Amino acid sequence: MNRVLTLGRSLVLWLALPIVLLVVWWFDSAGSSSFYYPPLRTIVSALHREWLGHRIVDDVIPSLVRLLVGYLVAVAVGVALGVLVGLRRRVRLAAEPVLEFFRAVPPPVVVPVLLLVVGIGSTTKVVIIASGCIWPILLNTVQGVRGVDPVLTETARCYGLDGWARLRTLVLPAASPQIMAGARQGLSIAIILMVISEMMASTGGIGFTVVKFQRNFAMPEMWSGILVLGLIGIVLAMVYRLVERRLLAWYVGMRRLERGEG
Amino acid sequence: MTSQTTAAVEVRHLKKVYEGKRSFEAIRDLSFAVDPGELVCIVGPSGAGKTTLLKCIAGLLRPSGGEVLLDGGAVSGPPEQMAVVFQEYGRSLFPWLTVRANVELPLKQKGVPAKRRAELTDRALEAVGLADFGSSHPWQLSGGMQQRVAIARAVAYEPEVLLMDEPFAAVDAQTRADLEDLVRKLWADLGMTILFITHDIDESIYLGQRVLALSSAPTVVMEDVTIDLPAERDQLTTRALPAFADYRTRIYGQIQLAKAGGRPAPVVQTVAG
Amino acid sequence: MSVRPIALPGRPTHGRPGRSLPAYAAGAANRVAGVVLVLALWEVVPHLGLISRSALPPLDRVVRAFGDLLGRADLWSAVRETVTGWAIGLAIAVVAGLVVGFLIGTIPWARELTESTIEFLRPIPSVALIPLVVLVYGTDIRSALILVVYASFWQMLIQVLYGMQDVDPVVRETARSYRFGALARMRYVVWPTALPYVMTGLRLAATVALVLEITAELVIGGRGLGSLLARAQSSGAIDNTYAIVVITGLLGVAVNLLAQRAERAALAWHPAHREVPA
Repeated sequence: MNRVLTLGRSLVLWLALPIVLLVVWWFDSAGSSSFYYPPLRTIVSALHREWLGHRIVDDVIPSLVRLLVGYLVAVAVGVALGVLVGLRRRVRLAAEPVLEFFRAVPPPVVVPVLLLVVGIGSTTKVVIIASGCIWPILLNTVQGVRGVDPVLTETARCYGLDGWARLRTLVLPAASPQIMAGARQGLSIAIILMVISEMMASTGGIGFTVVKFQRNFAMPEMWSGILVLGLIGIVLAMVYRLVERRLLAWYVGMRRLERGEG
Repeated sequence: MTSQTTAAVEVRHLKKVYEGKRSFEAIRDLSFAVDPGELVCIVGPSGAGKTTLLKCIAGLLRPSGGEVLLDGGAVSGPPEQMAVVFQEYGRSLFPWLTVRANVELPLKQKGVPAKRRAELTDRALEAVGLADFGSSHPWQLSGGMQQRVAIARAVAYEPEVLLMDEPFAAVDAQTRADLEDLVRKLWADLGMTILFITHDIDESIYLGQRVLALSSAPTVVMEDVTIDLPAERDQLTTRALPAFADYRTRIYGQIQLAKAGGRPAPVVQTVAG
Repeated sequence: MSVRPIALPGRPTHGRPGRSLPAYAAGAANRVAGVVLVLALWEVVPHLGLISRSALPPLDRVVRAFGDLLGRADLWSAVRETVTGWAIGLAIAVVAGLVVGFLIGTIPWARELTESTIEFLRPIPSVALIPLVVLVYGTDIRSALILVVYASFWQMLIQVLYGMQDVDPVVRETARSYRFGALARMRYVVWPTALPYVMTGLRLAATVALVLEITAELVIGGRGLGSLLARAQSSGAIDNTYAIVVITGLLGVAVNLLAQRAERAALAWHPAHREVPA
């Protein structure tokens, strides 16, 4: 009974503020006459009308596919290169200044460059996303690989763990917390790039649709698009957290113990 | 009495110099031999290059001069017949694997089939008293238990030579006593050759059949002491024997001499083998 | 359901006896070699035609464009514009983050109540607001400001919340046993614990702020570096495009270095290093 009560209380605490805010938004905007602040009711119906139909197939899914492909390519290439660079001291030292510079460049600048070089197209957008978000993944992988405890490496050597086996059973698991941190940053960047590449130079996609509504001064529709983007951000963050929790269960447990939270 | 799976370790004129702006001669000239199935302890002052010596024997470091022979063959990389237990137990176990998976990993690498792996792992975990902890993660265990896992891993590997680098230095005294007895028991049961490095003189006498006292860097052997104590050893009674105290005095004296920069007395050393 | 991210392993330091000067110098030599190699490739590859010159202009052309740009007044005013937008947005975000974080950290139950809202609002991409702010504010600086502040605020807030949560229980008990009042506890216990987190938040927020500032200029317009870049691209001036990208990169490097210095200065005395993604 106690457990149900505490669960119930957590649920209430969790939902209380969001519900209050939504209610306030609903009633505050209901009587609104401002053009840019339409009633929440109209936004919701626009959401229902515009986004739950053909648009899912025509715009939403392609956008998400481009995002995922670009992101996963960046992860694969970033981790692979990061491992290669991180394992050899000389290569790492040589590559570090250049990689750090590339990472310091704000990712969105990749959009105009690639537009000029490759032109508009679906592949361009994927390339934009991949080339923008690969840097934190690559650099974090290098750091993670470099930071593998030397005692673990010596243990591995003693027991004859070499080459691929060592990579699979030692290097990648040991570096995984840092790699995941880099991948999280990469995900944020990927989302930004997906949105702005569609806003700037596209004939389809979620970003393009929202801009189209904006240009046509279709306010509730535009707001509904913003909500859709927000929802995508939230859902992706949640999915990421689930994946991370699964892959790094051992790490979370270990850190919790170290911090004395038992 | 040699069992078929033990080996002789021989160190011949081992020399190790760390290169750099200031080159550092860790080991000058070490020579000794270990018979198959012997339990030899190596003691020395801090900075005596004990860990360097162990790493050279284990094939983790390449010597600058001299050689290490395992069963007559030169050691050039980590040999399959050796297992090492490090001092930093916490950091030598893979935190993302369970205890069981940790113990099994070297066996998997060796290509041991699954059924036999399970057997060896079960036996090893039971031998160190951790049969119930197979599915825990190392970091959930206490320090002493983690070291037991490392020992289990080494033992399951069925090595001919077991190298232990100050394995109990970071463990509390009570646990250390238990672990010392565990080592002697495993040695009695499995009959492998053990090289045990420690800075604790009492421990070296309690455990060893022979004790090698090392000088400080550049290291040489100060004295090779045969420990003539009964084979059945016990923390209370053995340590109370007058002979124990004698050995302690003798080795302590050598270590003090070593710390003051002394060198071994010019005695003809009988090197077995 | 906690708001805390996964913290990272600290790397144990292992000096071999006497880390020698040649080793350190060799490191620097390697680094320089790497940079030189990349620059050399940049010059040679387009000339050889391995990559088309219209895709990647050779280094010398970009360097020339870079030099020309540095002499132009509109570049410097663009830099000023970008830095101004970045700085104002960052300042607002930092102050807001500190205030809100402090309130949430001290008011009882505030943390539990706001946790879900933060989790929902935080992942919303700031760039989703672009169409809205363009309509309301046009190319005014306020457009960019809203985007910058929205994104950076969360970085700061999250760190402040960690900081306030991270007080060592032993320290807290000690303060209580010496009967420290609330104000004294804030000053001697909470603030010193939170300070490193605040500095980390500052670093993260500074980086994000620059990204959003450039993004806003790129997409919305105005007179900053981003808009300069967009104009170069739309007029097909590829040398200038690359040169401006380099300038933007240098600006990013400068922001990173500044923030890292500040963070290091605050962390210098702090014994327990909690780690955060780089």
